[in-house]
Amino acid sequence: MIPLFLRDIRLASRAGGSAALALAFFAAVATLVPLGVGADLRLLARIAAGVLWVAAVLAALLSLDRLFQADFDDGSLDLLALSPLSLESIAAAKIAAHWLTTGLPLTLLSPLLGLMFGLPPRAIAVLGLSLLVGTPSVSALGAIGAALTLAVRRGGLILPLLVLPLLSPAVIFGAGAVQAVLDGLSNGALLFLAAFSVAATLLSPFAAAAAVRLNLAG
Amino acid sequence: MSTVASLGVERLTCIRGQRVLFRDLSFRVAGGQILSLEGPNGAGKTSLLRLLAGFLVPAAGRIALTAGAATIDDAEERGRLIGWLGHHDAAKPQLTPLEVLAFFAGLYRSDAKIADALAAVGLAAVASLPCQYLSAGQKKRLALARLKISNRPVWLLDEPLASLDAGGKRLAAEFLDAHALFGGIAIAATHEPLGIACERLVLGAPA
Amino acid sequence: MASLFAYANPKRFMDLSAAVLPWLVAATVAALFAGLVLGFASPPDYQQGDTVKLMYLHVPAAWTAMMAYGLLALASLFSLVWRHPLADVAAKAAAPLGATFTLLGLVTGSLWGRPMWGAWWVWDARLTSFLLLLFLYLGYMALWNAIEDEVRAARAAAILALVGAVNLPVIEFSVNWHTLHQGESIFRAGGPTIASVFLWPLFVSMAGYTLLFFTLWTIRIRTEILERRIRSLLLGGAAA
Repeated sequence: MIPLFLRDIRLASRAGGSAALALAFFAAVATLVPLGVGADLRLLARIAAGVLWVAAVLAALLSLDRLFQADFDDGSLDLLALSPLSLESIAAAKIAAHWLTTGLPLTLLSPLLGLMFGLPPRAIAVLGLSLLVGTPSVSALGAIGAALTLAVRRGGLILPLLVLPLLSPAVIFGAGAVQAVLDGLSNGALLFLAAFSVAATLLSPFAAAAAVRLNLAG
Repeated sequence: MSTVASLGVERLTCIRGQRVLFRDLSFRVAGGQILSLEGPNGAGKTSLLRLLAGFLVPAAGRIALTAGAATIDDAEERGRLIGWLGHHDAAKPQLTPLEVLAFFAGLYRSDAKIADALAAVGLAAVASLPCQYLSAGQKKRLALARLKISNRPVWLLDEPLASLDAGGKRLAAEFLDAHALFGGIAIAATHEPLGIACERLVLGAPA
Repeated sequence: MASLFAYANPKRFMDLSAAVLPWLVAATVAALFAGLVLGFASPPDYQQGDTVKLMYLHVPAAWTAMMAYGLLALASLFSLVWRHPLADVAAKAAAPLGATFTLLGLVTGSLWGRPMWGAWWVWDARLTSFLLLLFLYLGYMALWNAIEDEVRAARAAAILALVGAVNLPVIEFSVNWHTLHQGESIFRAGGPTIASVFLWPLFVSMAGYTLLFFTLWTIRIRTEILERRIRSLLLGGAAA
């Protein structure tokens, strides 16, 4: 698994790779929101968690549609399938690499954007924590969508429709955790988010592998 | 490289969509033999290779690999003995040939010398150049090097000679020859003569 | 002759469904009519007035939409595990019906919500999770349409349906949690328990909707099987 994991990280971080693009997309969407709703910092702080979570999910999905497709198009996937690795391990390695090159950078950028949205320090900390805990589920469930749309020509357009409803719990709990800090409550959202993320990460390699197997027959 | 006694196909039928590509196909390739798979476009050459590799499930029939006394029926187990040279080159544009081979060797747990493999296919000079600058023929040479370091006893090749120059074709023939000499099996779908001693199987146009 | 093999079971389905369908249609019409009559005859609610009668349209639609997803997931499971060609067709046929009932549930919910909440739409737990259910259906149908090879499309869609089925309770839970926390949801189980004068028309309506779904489902499966037969005939003719 490790060679594949390292190769995917290398591919994502090279020029034209997905890591930098996802970060830029995240920042650009976040910048557009104050331009749309106005510069009132009190309002921005109220909506910051929701906006940043939605932007992070979209940014991660943007880079997901090539997760298997690039390897499918150039024949690498055939070679991967014949390697000693199971398709489940291949999916798991790719999910891990995707999270490390998008979910983690998005998490690391989020405090800066939280600051610009006027979030208090404790809320910023919880925002970062929620993204850290929650973004693995985005990579994992997104990988299922990416594997399903592998052979579809405009798969990148269908992928969000397939995956976004599945990700609604992540957005609800992620943003809810930050909202709770702002309201001075404690609501266990982070725990729900962690449970969702763990379950998604454990189960999705199997679904993604089944979808890849299906598409190799094409 | 573990050795394989033979690859046998019995009454294999392949249906794609609603179309029957071939029916009741039977043949046997013994260790040390090379099979040249011929036939017009659409006859099912690539589908046969994908069936043998285990990517496709046959509509009917059996594919069995015998290694020593054991017979392997399971597609996934069979896949672990197969070296694949597909229609596409699997050369990532952002990676160098050196990186492509190093990744592959790690993936396949091969201890082959990568620099030697690159030199053998005449790519030593461009070993550190990203693959996007390589020509189609050079990418095919890279694929040949990868096939060689896979250390797999059964080679399945889809158009191995396509886009190769005269020297490249000779090189591919030499690789196949050496593979057979060590007891390996190779099945190559091709439109032109492989240029070595081999068995031939011609798939007809679909009935 | 491969198609003969593949349609051995659908053939039996065609015979069986042809015999059952007239009875199914009759039962559906009777139940829907009875539901309508009982619904109109039922008294207005002391709080909601006559708008309460939207319940007889809304609740059964919502129930049928959920049931349809359950059946879709079940058919998908059969399709994946036993590779049954009839299951592929059944799953494919259930999706647009489920989506339609979901949409019906959303529209009637919105119409009901206008006098209740003073707004056409509120992010109430039920409405929100039904909106998400609609997206699940749309995604399922989009994936079916995007993959040309029928067998592959069926398998891929089946995987998606099962992932969705596993995730649906989590989505429900999270949306409930969310709206509870927001404190916006006023129309919840906490209201007065439904009196039996409302309950009976509701049950009859639900039976009518359920029968309607099964009738339309059967017709759609039959149509799909016939369409595939025509296609394979045409393809066979072209190749000969």
